Amino acid sequence: MAVKVIIPTPLRAYAGKQESVEVQAGTVAEALSALTTKFGDLKKHLFAEDGKLRSFVNVYVNDEDIRYLQKDQTSLKAGDTVSIVPSIAGGTDL
Amino acid sequence: MSTVRLWVRDEMLRRIHAHGVETYPHECCGALLGHDDEGTREVIDLMPLANRRDDSPRNRFEVTPDDVRLAEKTAREKHLELIGWYHSHPDSPARPSEFDREHAWPWYSYIIVSVQQGLPRDTTSWRLHDDRAGYDPEPIETVAHPAGI
Repeated sequence: MAVKVIIPTPLRAYAGKQESVEVQAGTVAEALSALTTKFGDLKKHLFAEDGKLRSFVNVYVNDEDIRYLQKDQTSLKAGDTVSIVPSIAGGTDL
Repeated sequence: MSTVRLWVRDEMLRRIHAHGVETYPHECCGALLGHDDEGTREVIDLMPLANRRDDSPRNRFEVTPDDVRLAEKTAREKHLELIGWYHSHPDSPARPSEFDREHAWPWYSYIIVSVQQGLPRDTTSWRLHDDRAGYDPEPIETVAHPAGI
């Protein structure tokens, strides 16, 4: 089914400069897989080398954080909006 | 990336320094709001944010996704863009750490102010390489008035 994935500003350059991309997916994992298949350069910014979502990449389905749903196995229905939202972290080396 | 440049109104730089002094010896953090024009940017406003790393605020900062969404909403309401982030390095140089690099996003400007013994020192800005392997320094140009971009 068709769902909309909202691309955050820092990643739009890797997604054809689009604010959102429509993909066919039944789960969040499928949506992100379809997205990175379409735009391969996104992959290194979303996923760590072990294939897991980077810790500072957050995914919402219709304003609900997937950590409080079924994580990347959260089901999607036609018309759902999947948002990729950054968290920001850093600090000094002590 | 050779043409990148970050214009910062001097008032904004003073506010970043003041925030770093206020939270010393802990790290401060906040959002940079402004305009981007093909890589050349102007910081027009700031949104100071709480450092959510209560466990290790002397050498870590964190902005939650809810705060990121709030910063994006605030930028939209002011007809600006969320163009980057600032944070302080208490008693450390104004250079990105390995931890900074591991957690950085591309495109954003990252301003770092070094606060030494409670006083603001060097201020630098950086952008992550496309391959995440390192940073490009982003020259800061201080302006007293809007640059008009």
